[in-house]
Amino acid sequence: MIKNAFVKQLFNSFLDLAPILAVVLVFQVLVIRQPIPDVGNLIVGTLFVVLGLTLFIQGLEQSLFPIGESMAYAFASKGSLFWLLTFAFCLGFGTTVAEPALIAVAQEAANIASKAGIIEPGDEAITSYALGLRLTVALSVGFAILVGVLRIIRGWPLYYLIIAGYCGVIVLTPFAPPEIIGIAYDSGGVTTSTITVPLVTALGVGLATAIKGRNPMTDGFGLIAFASLTPIVFVMAYGMLI
Amino acid sequence: MSGWLSQFAGVLLETCRDILPIAAIIVGFQLLVIRKPVAHPKKMLIGFIYVLLGIAFFLEGLDMALFPLGTLMANQLTTPEFLGIDPAQQNVAWQAYYWVYIFAASIGFATTLAEPSLLAVAMKAEQISGGAIRAWGLRFAVSIGVAFGIALGAYRIVTGTELYYFIIAGYIIVIVQTLFSPKLIIGLAYDSGGVTTSTVTVPLVTALGLGLASTVPGRNPLLDGFGLIAFASLCPIIAVLGYAQIAQWLNKHSLSSKP
Repeated sequence: MIKNAFVKQLFNSFLDLAPILAVVLVFQVLVIRQPIPDVGNLIVGTLFVVLGLTLFIQGLEQSLFPIGESMAYAFASKGSLFWLLTFAFCLGFGTTVAEPALIAVAQEAANIASKAGIIEPGDEAITSYALGLRLTVALSVGFAILVGVLRIIRGWPLYYLIIAGYCGVIVLTPFAPPEIIGIAYDSGGVTTSTITVPLVTALGVGLATAIKGRNPMTDGFGLIAFASLTPIVFVMAYGMLI
Repeated sequence: MSGWLSQFAGVLLETCRDILPIAAIIVGFQLLVIRKPVAHPKKMLIGFIYVLLGIAFFLEGLDMALFPLGTLMANQLTTPEFLGIDPAQQNVAWQAYYWVYIFAASIGFATTLAEPSLLAVAMKAEQISGGAIRAWGLRFAVSIGVAFGIALGAYRIVTGTELYYFIIAGYIIVIVQTLFSPKLIIGLAYDSGGVTTSTVTVPLVTALGLGLASTVPGRNPLLDGFGLIAFASLCPIIAVLGYAQIAQWLNKHSLSSKP
């Protein structure tokens, strides 16, 4: 029975992946008209991706979702707002500060800032700028999850906060240095990693289920949305201050 | 074989390092604050190892198969020779880049369908809504949003329009849509903007943006190469809200037309 489920999931993962293969093959053969380099690697790599996706989904249902939910229930029954908010902040900050995509983007941004003459030339200034940027984004994600959790507890409508955030972005954009704007907008998208998303989603949905008067569908989602919005505001503010 | 093994071990180690802060926070709070034993600790641990192995295999596979080919294609498609553009010419009509838009849309669509984070959120949404929201429908809507977003972003790089015009226009559309959307979908729609761009999409899309910005005359890759990800996180929100609105409208229509 377990084997059957695993094989079925393998097949589903393959279906998920098929569109990428189709796009790559069609463009390579019909549009660019060049033979595919290294067919062996392509096949082995694809098998790896399928296997990886299958294992990930298996682990998701067995581990990440239950962990997020059981912690949400534990905090809700403990009734300590302080610890819940501390946890929310740590989860946001801790998962973002080490995010590889963010490290890459921060380094790139520091190079741009150096070339544009925003910061002093030299490797030291670049490193400190990149570190500052990383900490800024991590702080903003921690702040976002904290506010998002507070919202679920208090039952504030999500769109008030999101629209306020959008207004913040719109107001800040004309004042921010032009070099930072593209990076700021992009940094919103790269903060949420493959492990953070399921944990944070399960936490939000679990909290909304555990607290009376909250609907998991309307109140449970939205944490990720905050985590992708606040970095935009914080990074632009960082660009203006430095 | 041994070279490959050590490489895989490296990827696995890197994944462990990325997960370490999360694991530390969870274990720390579990032991110090919650102070309750975890239910099924063995099952959880095995599941966590599955996740680790899964991500490591996933990344290694992408590195072996798709990323080299995808970035190579992004570069080839944006070369002046392929597009038939004279590099000395300054004013090239944006239509000349049509293959780039088609590629951008297809790769955006296909990579988003395989994005593990989106998969997780879609699974959760189907579970919570009791099947009213189908995981497949949601992923499809989000993928169409990303496809459109990345194609639009490519168009922006070609024409050199300011990024924030598009973003602000997008925000205004989202705000207006929010007012008219079913309340149930709003949180999910906002969330789906954030999950679209992680492991699979970002490297391919970045290669496309940088390649395009270095080919188009008058663009600076440092300044104009960014912004594709912003489009890929904004357009899915519009797509999911739109999907919900259309579904709601169709429902109403079929109810009111009944005798």
